[in-house]
Amino acid sequence: MAHEHKLEIFRGLLKFKSNITKIWGVLIILSIVTIIEVWLGIIKPEFLTEGRFMRMKLLNWVFILLTIFKAYYITWDFMHMRDEVKGLRRAVVWTGIFLILYLVFILLTEGDYIFDVYDTGFQSWDF
Amino acid sequence: MDATVTNTTSEGKTWGGGNKPLKASYGKLMMWFFILSDGLSFSGFLAAYGFSRFKFIDAWPIADEVFTHVPFTHESYPMIYVAFMTFVLIMSSVTMVLAVDAGHHMKKNKVIIYMFLTIIGGAVFVGSQAWEWATFIKGDYGAVETKGGKILQFLNTDGERVALADFAATLPGERVQHESKNGIWYDSEKALPTYTIDEVKAGFAANPDLLIRIQTLTAKGEKTILSREESLLRLNRDAVGVVEGANLKHNEYGTPLFADFFFFITGFHGFHVFSGVLINLIIFFNVVLGTYERRGHYEMVEKVGLYWHFVDLVWVFVFTFFYLV
Repeated sequence: MAHEHKLEIFRGLLKFKSNITKIWGVLIILSIVTIIEVWLGIIKPEFLTEGRFMRMKLLNWVFILLTIFKAYYITWDFMHMRDEVKGLRRAVVWTGIFLILYLVFILLTEGDYIFDVYDTGFQSWDF
Repeated sequence: MDATVTNTTSEGKTWGGGNKPLKASYGKLMMWFFILSDGLSFSGFLAAYGFSRFKFIDAWPIADEVFTHVPFTHESYPMIYVAFMTFVLIMSSVTMVLAVDAGHHMKKNKVIIYMFLTIIGGAVFVGSQAWEWATFIKGDYGAVETKGGKILQFLNTDGERVALADFAATLPGERVQHESKNGIWYDSEKALPTYTIDEVKAGFAANPDLLIRIQTLTAKGEKTILSREESLLRLNRDAVGVVEGANLKHNEYGTPLFADFFFFITGFHGFHVFSGVLINLIIFFNVVLGTYERRGHYEMVEKVGLYWHFVDLVWVFVFTFFYLV
């Protein structure tokens, strides 16, 4: 049984000598990203909490992007998605991403609508 | 006739079995099927959390005010313990990949060591999660619930939280917990809070430097603090009960939905980690007994590895959406 591993990450920017060094490399990347997340969560920089994109704080977008970044490396290098054939990769990843985006879009839109109903209605909910 | 024969043989090549277009074994594909569908279950939970949060976007509890505890200390360290848990889980993921890698090279002893470390990591994580739950259920400062189910929390004039125990007055009271042995019908009531609402009201009136903050968030994302007059008015007019800690119906940190989702999402994830530890243990013993050495390959380690990484993957999202965002 041959187990070929692709050892390049960051589109070939970083190439590891063996699968084991690649695993430790990915651990370091994931740890750095987690530390950045926690650090941002504690200091909460002003420009990130003030700024908005699509009515959500920039800080939250940063967290979401960093999470997807981490998820990519967990799936690609720990779960060996990088070494699977294109068909398997797409069957799993595209299906999941499509269904999740669809669900999240519907539920968040609905939640936002209900907030508006509560907010603009002539009834106080705070009693 | 000739053509038919050719046709049959070519069909036999493609559809006759033994052909793996995805170049992965049956077991691994089924694991991916499971992971995808299980991932969608978790997405359902997290999307529902997002729905409820958007619904109460201006009154949601602030996670880094809720999860501030670290074992063996009474200081407040927001997020530090959860970050530690995240690191433990990522670390156990790393030992799992190392076990898979050792399996590819048929190094039985290395697989044993790495699987063992993975199991320890998983156990530490589940233990930490149990501690988080216990801390969350026990509660922190205590609060008061209004008629409308809103939470009022207490602050001093410096803006620091004040626990009920620090100011509640002691009033002579007759209220005792109703037990099943006392009534005609054999029913009993839940445990009573440490203080009655009247004791809290009296204690609040007697301490002029106490203020109340409500659930509604200001433009800066902090909880609104009422003036002393408003605080007294609000407490005496609306407050109906004392809340200490959290369960599925009452939650001293804010809306009960926050506690419900905390229990369901981290509970569902914790259950996955727990079953992952059990499955890892079974495979660990199989490795020790030499089952996979005799089988000639360690693909089972790879398959449980996929599940284990999936648990880590889910945690990365739970961590972001429950604790950071």
